[in-house]
Amino acid sequence: MKYLDEYRDVKIAHALAAEIRRRSTRPWVLMEICGGQTHTLMRYGIDDLLGESVQLVHGPGCPVCVTPLEMIDRAIALARLPEVTLVSYGDMLRVPGSETDLFHVKAEGGDVRVVYSPTDAVELARSQPGRQVVFFAIGFETTAPAHAMVVLQAERLGLRNFSLLVSHVLVPPAIRTLLSSPKNRVQGFIAPGHVCTVVGMRDYENLVREFHVPIVVGGFEPIDLLEAIHMLVAQLEEGRAEVENQYSRSVQYEGNRPAQEAVARVFEVSDRKWRGIGPIPESGLRLKEKFAAFDAERLFDLADVCAEEPSECISAEVLLGLKKPTDCSAFGTRCTPEKPLGAPMVSSEGACAAYHQYRRHLVTL
Amino acid sequence: MRPITNTGATSLHSDSVSKDETKDLAAFSCPVPLPAGGRILLGHGSGGKLSAELLQNVFLPALGNPVLNRLEDQAIVSLNGVRLAITTDSFVVKPLIFRGGDVGSLAVHGTINDLAMGGAEPLWLSAAFILEEGLPIETLRRVVGSMHEAAANAGVEIVTGDTKVVEKGSADGIFINTTGIGLVREGITLSAAQARPGDAILVSGMLGDHGIAILAEREGLQFETAVQSDSAPLHTLVASLLEATREVRCLRDPTRGGLSSTLNEIAASSGVGMELEETSIPVREEVRGACEMLGLDPLYVANEGKLVAIVAPDSAEAALRALQNHPLGKDARIIGRVTSGHPRMVVMRTPFGTTRIVDMLTGDQLPRIC
Repeated sequence: MKYLDEYRDVKIAHALAAEIRRRSTRPWVLMEICGGQTHTLMRYGIDDLLGESVQLVHGPGCPVCVTPLEMIDRAIALARLPEVTLVSYGDMLRVPGSETDLFHVKAEGGDVRVVYSPTDAVELARSQPGRQVVFFAIGFETTAPAHAMVVLQAERLGLRNFSLLVSHVLVPPAIRTLLSSPKNRVQGFIAPGHVCTVVGMRDYENLVREFHVPIVVGGFEPIDLLEAIHMLVAQLEEGRAEVENQYSRSVQYEGNRPAQEAVARVFEVSDRKWRGIGPIPESGLRLKEKFAAFDAERLFDLADVCAEEPSECISAEVLLGLKKPTDCSAFGTRCTPEKPLGAPMVSSEGACAAYHQYRRHLVTL
Repeated sequence: MRPITNTGATSLHSDSVSKDETKDLAAFSCPVPLPAGGRILLGHGSGGKLSAELLQNVFLPALGNPVLNRLEDQAIVSLNGVRLAITTDSFVVKPLIFRGGDVGSLAVHGTINDLAMGGAEPLWLSAAFILEEGLPIETLRRVVGSMHEAAANAGVEIVTGDTKVVEKGSADGIFINTTGIGLVREGITLSAAQARPGDAILVSGMLGDHGIAILAEREGLQFETAVQSDSAPLHTLVASLLEATREVRCLRDPTRGGLSSTLNEIAASSGVGMELEETSIPVREEVRGACEMLGLDPLYVANEGKLVAIVAPDSAEAALRALQNHPLGKDARIIGRVTSGHPRMVVMRTPFGTTRIVDMLTGDQLPRIC
């Protein structure tokens, strides 16, 4: 497949891996931020290719995993209302809330729909004016522009039955939290290529200045990740700390201006809770006052829906790179993708689920 | 609105299952508890882990008997020394008409294939229709015409049938159930429990065509593709294979849940492991592309005209040639081996020389969001 197979080339992969092993004088601890990157690392067994030269820890970049329990409970509460059609991306349906998940609410008769594109949710609202269509808007900087666009589209169409349940989070504040922790052991980051395609690289330069840690913006294919790791190891070995762009076929320094403008028109920065990590100041987005008419949390009374996370789950340590999924005593036994205890076991992009899906033959449970 | 507070329960359903209920079920079922008072989810019909749970926890405890408990794609029963294969299947595909077939031809092919996978020559089919009020008669005419054509081409007869009509909204256009009866070839016993370490694993052609052809026409997903459903009757392909070698241990058609579910079922039934070579698995370029775009894995996508064969090591090459010499098997490949290591687990060697698990599907395959 053109434009993909080139980035899965076996010879190049082995050459890069050999060069990384040759270059490393000690096992550098590197974190890939994005769940899509974790998925590729596990699927292709890239950590196996690298041996002891680097230790990869998996970051908090799975949007499904970090969506807080209480937001899922709120989505479930909305889906149970007879007048509401709740619209969501597919992988949110399986995420357990405190009591149940959206799949089960659907089976109980709740009107829950899956879409690939948020514009389909606007279309649903237009075609059924008698129902309240609520779109569960989750994700990082990548999905925010599309969510901003559908709010603007709904406003232009004069829709009165369309709203968003917003649970948007931002990557740089999470990295800052991680680097500020006294327990941090991450020495370099692979920044998420698709997030940077939207927002550009400026925020990451600020992090490098503040914490003197190398950051390479990386893609999602095996060669992308190996090249990004290679660039990080080179910086560490040479004592440099810079922002470099491995994913230059998609990421430009300034990012995508029209997308940034759409987000700035509709959303504003707010404090957000992250599942498994807890509250992080100014780490998310909410709808601006001007768009209150499209904010499901203002249209429906959801304030008293709150929840606490189960205590056995070590997801905070996993999401912050302090522990590997296999360090958890519940991994693969009391916690599986069918019955997840916590966030990273939920989505296929979560670190625990990726380990469970692809690598559990290599560990003893 | 009612406040929802966390009870500290770690399982989704543990609170709703009374101790007595779990004890009763545990007497004859696998340890995975089915939530009592739970409901059927779409995932229960996807041919993966949830379907297996339903079988173990609901159907087998109530209906189990030595023939049913074998859990093959068909029952094999003896009558006056004659071995008959019987199978039944319901077809609820949406859309009713798709690239490369329709619900009618699919219903004929699917039931023929379930007989063929037991080494049987298909003879007779029944056809039962559940029709939704308001269905255009022209659509029904087209589907029934297609059934006739599919049956005639395959040399089987539809010898009995039934029609029911339900209120609008109680069904989705046309649901078809077909039952098939066939005669098992002498000396042939195929079973998912017969795979042995060293056996070769073969597939008869390109994987994922049917699932992608269907997805391409689903509401909300419509995309253009040249991929057609591979829906086809496989009994003549099976006949060619069994003529070439009698050392076939097991045949399965990887329909719902795709190749991964079929191989995991065989590995579990036989108590063996499997090792696949990723580079040997045949997937059409267009199917790979569509899967990349949708965030799906072709190993989990449905097929309706492909088979998986587990064959003794010495007969693998003969089996491969027999498949490749048949028009429906020209892209056949040996994709891996049965192993004694990692029992009940299917492991794949990636092009990079690393390994990963190919697991059974948990529920419906879900699109990723980014």
